[in-house]
Amino acid sequence: MRLPPWLGLLPALLTIAALFGGGLLLALAQSLGYWPALGRAVLSLDAYRAVLAEPSFWPSLTFTTWLAAVSTLASLIVGLFAALALNDSVLGQGVTRYLAQLNLPVPHAVGAVMVLLLFTQSGWFARLGTSLGWIDRPADFPILTHDPLGAGILIEYVWKSTVFVAVSVWAALQSIDPDYQLAARTLGASPWRRFSAVTLPLLRPALIGAATLVFAYTFGGFEVPLLLGQRYPSALAVLAYRDYVAVDLDRRPEALALSLLIAVVTGVVAAGGWWLQRRLAEEGGPRR
Amino acid sequence: MSARSRRLLWLVVVVVWAVPFVPLLIWPFAGSWLYPAPLPTIWGDRAWSYLASPGARVGQALFNSLSLALVVAFAAVALGLPAGRALALGRFRGRGLAHMVFLLPAIVPPQAAAFGLHATFLRAGLVDHWLGVALAHLVPVLPYVVITLVGVFANYDASFEQQARTLGAGPWLRFRAVTLPLILPGLLVAGLYAFLISWSQVLVTLLIGGGTVTTLPMLLLAFVASGDHALAAALSLVLLIPAFVVLGAAIRLSRTAGTPAGGGRIA
Repeated sequence: MRLPPWLGLLPALLTIAALFGGGLLLALAQSLGYWPALGRAVLSLDAYRAVLAEPSFWPSLTFTTWLAAVSTLASLIVGLFAALALNDSVLGQGVTRYLAQLNLPVPHAVGAVMVLLLFTQSGWFARLGTSLGWIDRPADFPILTHDPLGAGILIEYVWKSTVFVAVSVWAALQSIDPDYQLAARTLGASPWRRFSAVTLPLLRPALIGAATLVFAYTFGGFEVPLLLGQRYPSALAVLAYRDYVAVDLDRRPEALALSLLIAVVTGVVAAGGWWLQRRLAEEGGPRR
Repeated sequence: MSARSRRLLWLVVVVVWAVPFVPLLIWPFAGSWLYPAPLPTIWGDRAWSYLASPGARVGQALFNSLSLALVVAFAAVALGLPAGRALALGRFRGRGLAHMVFLLPAIVPPQAAAFGLHATFLRAGLVDHWLGVALAHLVPVLPYVVITLVGVFANYDASFEQQARTLGAGPWLRFRAVTLPLILPGLLVAGLYAFLISWSQVLVTLLIGGGTVTTLPMLLLAFVASGDHALAAALSLVLLIPAFVVLGAAIRLSRTAGTPAGGGRIA
């Protein structure tokens, strides 16, 4: 007897279905007010109305979108050019390659501690600045943590995500046939034209994939805004957590509605990225 | 680019990436370090002696973090192994869809699912329990393990198993003597990435562990809230050192396993 080829999927698929799919469905049911444990089983959109009416919601949504958009864009640009610059030199091999990945295993919570130690008004940079006579007192140092723009959060996200983007670009660069570059050069293309017309289009799938992951992570990020952000407005994940652990159990459906909003936004971004990659693969494929 | 500007670029990269580690390496050994001194005025081991004292509960947190990461990694590899193989080598309808299903939890943050599971876990006695946290860690970990294992099996030649079958080897012997040795480096790489993801979890642990299952990141949040830089930095090192050892091992192994370094991991 031959076993069907999809049988091997079952252990992992059932685990994901139960814990992730089941968790999301339970979250949906509970956000709609289905809480038998609290003696409630009437479905309603009250939690969603309450979220929209909550004064802290819109500032948090704007703040979270700002964090995700800026960190995605900045890490894409810096990561792309760092990878390109280091790739076509001997320095990109060996030591640098591993050194650049130094922060990949750093947990985000530790990354946030590193930003605190460096960038607060009495942090290491402020101390060095005072010792060098650039500033006189802590108040002269710009406020970069717990600030309205989330500078500290952005620093941590970009510091970590840039490496992730660079590693993705590096991997994609390895699979590009060097003959393309040679052909473009032979045809008299300038370095900029070789980059914009040859390299960049070939890197697009890798860039879209990396951008999707960075956006999704930063949009749903919890510990970095918790440690480096202001209390208000906070990132959506922090707001949802505070609602969930609030003494007032009536806030729980709101917390679930908020966390589902994060899931839906990141899910839509993931689907969009996937669709874009597919379209690019179709139009970029070999023509007959 | 000229050789000089390349060297400059290299310097910038090294400085930007390495400088943030400097205060993290100094603070744990500071006895007294008041503003504006650029270096501690008194060196000492206050932070370490506190971490070593029973009141700090570092031992328990270290045990929880390590045991969770090891068990979750092992379980994820065991569950993900047949899935990685089926996705890489199997030919069946819906394979693309199955791929998507595994990618989705790697992208969508695990918190909505964790919030949703909380009430059910509470009834099952899994909240505030090690096992509940381990199950919840599987959500962010398993997708990455499956994706890594698909890569491992993409370079795998299944005809060796066919030869073993012709020679009369049963399924278990074929797995133990043929498949396992070929994929072992890849399995270890997948397990090491799983370890790192579990090791770094904060929100899921906080929610399902409810403050009872203390892991190292839970302690770190408490130390940062207390405002003691030396303690926060020292505990950060306790979190970082095993993570670096694990990444180093994964990079070494991935040369033989043919999987990309970094494993496409972001969280």
